[in-house]
Amino acid sequence: MLIPFFFMLRDGGMKTSITELLVLLEAMKKGVAGHSVENFYYLARATLVKEESQLDKFDRIFGVYFKGLEDSLADLFEEIPDEWLRAQTELMLTDEERAQIEAMGGFEELMKALQERLAEQDERHEGGNKWIGTGGTSPFGAYGFNPEGIRMGQAGSRNRSAVKVWDKRQYRNLDDSLELGTRNIKVALRRLRKFAREGAADQLDLDDTIDKTARNGGMLDIRMIPEKHNAVKVLLCLDIGGSMDDHVRICEELFSAARSEFKHLEYFYFHNFIYESLWKDNRRRHSEKTSLLELTHKYSSDYKLVIVGDATMSPYEIVYAGGSVEHWNEEPGAVWIKRLLNTYPKAIWLNPEPRARWDYTPSIKMTRELMDDRMYPLSIAGLDEGIKSLR
Amino acid sequence: MKENHFTGTSTYIATDDLKMAVNAAVTLERPILIKGEPGTGKTQLAAEVASSLGMPLLEWHIKSTTKAQQGLYEYDAVARLRDSQLGDERVNDISNYILRGKLWEAFEAERQVVLLIDEIDKADIEFPNDLLLELDRMEFFVYETKEIVRARHRPIIIITSNNEKELPDAFLRRCFFHYIRFPDRETMEQIVNVHFPKLKKNLLSEALNCFFKMRDVPGLKKKPSTSELLDWIKLLLAEDIPPEALHAENSRKAIPPLYGALLKNEQDVHLFERLVFLDRKSGGPR
Repeated sequence: MLIPFFFMLRDGGMKTSITELLVLLEAMKKGVAGHSVENFYYLARATLVKEESQLDKFDRIFGVYFKGLEDSLADLFEEIPDEWLRAQTELMLTDEERAQIEAMGGFEELMKALQERLAEQDERHEGGNKWIGTGGTSPFGAYGFNPEGIRMGQAGSRNRSAVKVWDKRQYRNLDDSLELGTRNIKVALRRLRKFAREGAADQLDLDDTIDKTARNGGMLDIRMIPEKHNAVKVLLCLDIGGSMDDHVRICEELFSAARSEFKHLEYFYFHNFIYESLWKDNRRRHSEKTSLLELTHKYSSDYKLVIVGDATMSPYEIVYAGGSVEHWNEEPGAVWIKRLLNTYPKAIWLNPEPRARWDYTPSIKMTRELMDDRMYPLSIAGLDEGIKSLR
Repeated sequence: MKENHFTGTSTYIATDDLKMAVNAAVTLERPILIKGEPGTGKTQLAAEVASSLGMPLLEWHIKSTTKAQQGLYEYDAVARLRDSQLGDERVNDISNYILRGKLWEAFEAERQVVLLIDEIDKADIEFPNDLLLELDRMEFFVYETKEIVRARHRPIIIITSNNEKELPDAFLRRCFFHYIRFPDRETMEQIVNVHFPKLKKNLLSEALNCFFKMRDVPGLKKKPSTSELLDWIKLLLAEDIPPEALHAENSRKAIPPLYGALLKNEQDVHLFERLVFLDRKSGGPR
């Protein structure tokens, strides 16, 4: 009976394997769960789920499989992520706004209206809950930033008697469909690192010689290793702000992985496109700039250049002098990036935007041409490809 | 069910799902991986399981430099070299220079033991991969002496992780997994009661009010956790702070007394102060 459930989990995008299913069956055979459904749920969860971000998914699938979709409306209600409703300190309501909400008939009324709208929406569109999240001008959008907003979710469960454990979906916040974790990034980046030790074994390895000699009981055993080539040096340029805000998370991960992986890592920030200067500290971007010429003199051409940016902007910002959105640039960005590429022949551009969208954005196309097609998506596959071309 | 059954102890409140996960691991003799916010008692769990099941506890604390091999055994080649120069008799037997690691100790133990592998995520990212076979079959091969070390009794292995690094799938597949969720108010009351049995009812409820309100503040860098709450209550008791002082409406001060035990980050303190201030200005909605 568990096999359909197992496939449902797989279909739901969980990485549950046969081994784990067998473990679960074995545990049940040994009577670990006894005869209670709740215990079975706990057991199944401990066996089949291996990451807290998957817990919510598991709860949902478990709920569907073992109960059926009875009150989908209530479910829909539960799916509005807290974050959309959560108050940020700076977004606290003013007295006028609060009065407006009161004018609408107070919290309870609003709740009712919201629920009605949800029901309506469910009939008209699929996945309508998103609509509520983005509908910033609807009373619910405005309400969404209200500190009271958190309670909306809670009040929703009031309609449901006897909520089952898995229906509580306590792990909602942990569900992040993160494709590229730091681990994957590090593993991908390692490929670049290995390159640092290759060639003929022509150097005495002192540590290994001592070790092997000792193992040999005192007889000398000389060990050689390849000469250490210059460890890989990486120059990382990150686009920051503006359209990159959507990709902050993935960039942070790439950055933290790269930082721990490479000894020689230099990083700089830019905004939208590369012009005559970059900066190291984003908070002091206007006072502490590094000129690009200085940079190309300081870091030799054996550095590998990795530019991370969505390259999504107006084409003017690339090809025209004075096109920058932030300052007056004497020379167009295209000239500056050519200079950079001349100094660093090994260079790639990583783009967090999905590849499918590249052809529809003129500035991405232009940047790709400037980079001689060395643009790769910021995903595991893309990173792999990019690293390969860097070697 | 077997007699080996973990139900929590007088000093540790375990939720039903945690008990189930531990019992499954005990029954099937497979490792269990425990994750959760810092300060929710992950490391504590191993000690409690050991004392509850009446087994000895072995602890292996992982650092960034720890190698998987160190958990099995280490060959002290330098000592052997020195002895060989001095003409020591021992030098002829290589097993004199094999230092046993925690896993070996656990495998060789006379009776079943609880082995804690603490903060596995601190080590290099390949560390868990190097232990796959050892954790699966509970045996390993000693190259120097050509012997196989097999577990006499498969130890109960409890692994904790703080999520600093992601663990490889192959490793995860071999473990049971439990995520210690942050305790709800009811569980929290039980936990505090277990640690401070003589705590006054109203002090407890005021402290918990304060605590959970603080946790609800959006955007805190480090939310206060169970261990911080326990520290804070200990301080409140030591300073003899009356329950009324914690009452948000009454106190003139923006922040509860001795907040240093709860908020560990100056940005968090600023944020909290600002929020309390706003709260007050707007007439204090709850």
